[in-house]
Amino acid sequence: MGSFENDLNLEATELRLGLPGTEESEKGNGFRSSNKRPLSDSEAKQDGVEEKGPKAAPSPKAQIVGWPPVRSYRKNSLQQKKADPEAASGIYVKVSMDGAPYLRKIDIKAYKGYPELLRALENMFKFTAGEYSEREGYKGSDYAPAYEDKEGDLMLVGDVPWEMFIASCKKLRIMKGSEAIGLGCGL
Amino acid sequence: MNYFPDEVIEQVFDYVTSHQDRNSISLVCKSWYRIERLSRQRVFIGNCYSISPDKVIERFPAIRSLSLKGKPHFADFNLVPYDWGGHVYPWIVAMAKSKVNLEEIRLKRMVVSDESLELISSSFANFTSLVLVSCEGFTTNGLKAVAANCSLLRELDLQENEVEDHRSQWLNHFPESSTSLVTLNFSCLKGEINLAALERLVARSPNLKTLRVNRAVTLDSLQKILSWAPQLMDLGVGSFIHDPDSETFYKLKNTIVQCKSITSLSGFLEVAPYCLPAIYPVCSNLTSLNLSYALGIPASELIKLIRHCKRLQRLWILDCIGDKGLEVVASNCKDLQELRVFPSDPFGAGNTVVTEEGLVAISFGCKKLNSLLYFCHQMTNAALITVANNCPNFVRFRLCILDPTKADPLTQQPLDEGFGAIVQSCKGLKRLSLSGLLTDMVFLYIGMYAEQLEMLSVAFAGKSDKGMIYVLNGCKKLRKLEVRDSPFGDAALLADPGKYETMRSLWMSSCEVTLGACKALARKMPMLNVEIIDDSELTVDEALCGGAPVAVTADGDDKQKVEKMYLYRTLAGPRNDAPEFVCTL
Repeated sequence: MGSFENDLNLEATELRLGLPGTEESEKGNGFRSSNKRPLSDSEAKQDGVEEKGPKAAPSPKAQIVGWPPVRSYRKNSLQQKKADPEAASGIYVKVSMDGAPYLRKIDIKAYKGYPELLRALENMFKFTAGEYSEREGYKGSDYAPAYEDKEGDLMLVGDVPWEMFIASCKKLRIMKGSEAIGLGCGL
Repeated sequence: MNYFPDEVIEQVFDYVTSHQDRNSISLVCKSWYRIERLSRQRVFIGNCYSISPDKVIERFPAIRSLSLKGKPHFADFNLVPYDWGGHVYPWIVAMAKSKVNLEEIRLKRMVVSDESLELISSSFANFTSLVLVSCEGFTTNGLKAVAANCSLLRELDLQENEVEDHRSQWLNHFPESSTSLVTLNFSCLKGEINLAALERLVARSPNLKTLRVNRAVTLDSLQKILSWAPQLMDLGVGSFIHDPDSETFYKLKNTIVQCKSITSLSGFLEVAPYCLPAIYPVCSNLTSLNLSYALGIPASELIKLIRHCKRLQRLWILDCIGDKGLEVVASNCKDLQELRVFPSDPFGAGNTVVTEEGLVAISFGCKKLNSLLYFCHQMTNAALITVANNCPNFVRFRLCILDPTKADPLTQQPLDEGFGAIVQSCKGLKRLSLSGLLTDMVFLYIGMYAEQLEMLSVAFAGKSDKGMIYVLNGCKKLRKLEVRDSPFGDAALLADPGKYETMRSLWMSSCEVTLGACKALARKMPMLNVEIIDDSELTVDEALCGGAPVAVTADGDDKQKVEKMYLYRTLAGPRNDAPEFVCTL
């Protein structure tokens, strides 16, 4: 079998498999397509997340057009989900505060978690929410941030995991006074 | 030849359903050809440019079902420019004009305009079935027309299409009188859905067996839908996130238990792992599970789920299940026939967590395995040989190593021997995709052993023309060959021109083929369309794209390498809808 390989005259037609972007041999095959454009050529169809951006920081090997052979539909779908937290489609919910003349609207998807959200609410409505604990709710404040969930129930903000909150929050309500204390539990 | 009257023969032909078989019987004699063509109802055209719609209608006037494929397979991976072609509109126009009784249209990788959908919905009174796979070009407005006008619609199946959302509220346009739906799949749609309209539609569709929804359909809506349709067999879940302590979730769990007919589960386009236990009750009946779009389920949850699925025959999953997860699959899913493991992070170096070990485990546990698509970090010859010995029944074997020229990490050798073992052992192999470091040897093996091979995909493989020549000479049943970034040139292309008339198509991109050779081939084989596709920044020589073969005067042009070539046999001549970056020689 060894002489067989000699017959193939490998030297003359050797495929030099260098990384894209490195010097090419005379034959100049290598990863030719990568010289023309780094990633997909139908840019119109791609959401652009996978290209050029430093965020994914793909190794040079990853920049071959059409490799790995994953359907664009599937690639876009997975990319979209990963990019979702930063996607433009926010979730805007109304925020009311007991006693305030008009409501506000905020994009709850813009926040990474409860602390950020509460700070934003405090800034918007000029109040302090107090300290949250599972047992006592919001302690040390006349106010309690609450929300209406998909089933129409009034819930205290902070009890459920953040992702679940985002998925189920329909409206925010900053409650004040005795009602708030009732929600906040404790005494 | 005929000892029976035509009607009797026709009755016998009714039992012959596969396209290949019907094609065969039509070759027996003239009268069989005539009887067959007048009675054929289901027509399959593997390449929409291989024949004109008029010829199809002329030959098969009784056509009721039309299946068409358009773009070459590598279009899936962005190797074919956007407006290359594959338009269905001329076909619809021709069918509508001829007044055939078209009931079913199935399209793959075609460009479907809203106009086409509107024309379909208004031209065929008995239209029942629309299946679109990997198509593009239409919006929800086109769907509106189909929903509103196809009063007998039974099947609307949209698989992985790129659909523009025009907020058309298309689902609302199914009339109240529409009660015939059996299959409704809109999982690929990106926009919002009127949930109440969907629930009402499901409620009035007692025959509904397959329902695959998109992300906009929430868990509480799913609960209502399932309570209306406990007879469902195939369910695609949209959003599956909810507070597991809520009443809604409790209701959902109870509703799911009532769905005793579900054998296929897919979707979970948005999912919280803590909600998954709700579906455990249906897992024991599942024969098909597709979690390949369900990002965010950790391996431990996947494993817990798989343990409930003892009857699985088909599993599509993401590689985050890991080698360990695949071992669990191997020990639980003894009936597994088809496995697809997709990369959850195609460009993330080193994040992928399946290797040859997972596949080897599967091969020991799942002896009935016959179809594989496996994206992995690495592969060894030893593993492939083991897999070949354990699973001789492969019909489809597609391996994709994320680093396309990676050698066997244990021996630093090419993977020729491993793939050689596969083709030698799997005598019924029809489809093969190669990857990893490969020389001409693997092609020698393929040519020698892969006697049933119909489709071969090659990327970054081989050392010389001989590789491709081995395949063209050896694989008698080869129908489709697609090659990219491999050192096959003119000698390979021209080694056996007649071979291409026995095949559907050949794709070669980033190879060593020159313009001159392509022209020579086109001249020699008038029944082939040899297309040169040049979508790069390089200017295309005007003289080349006049449509007819033109003698190029400039020196060296013939020696110019062709970036992308696609050739296919055809009775229709050069196509008249080729864009300017496509030149048919």
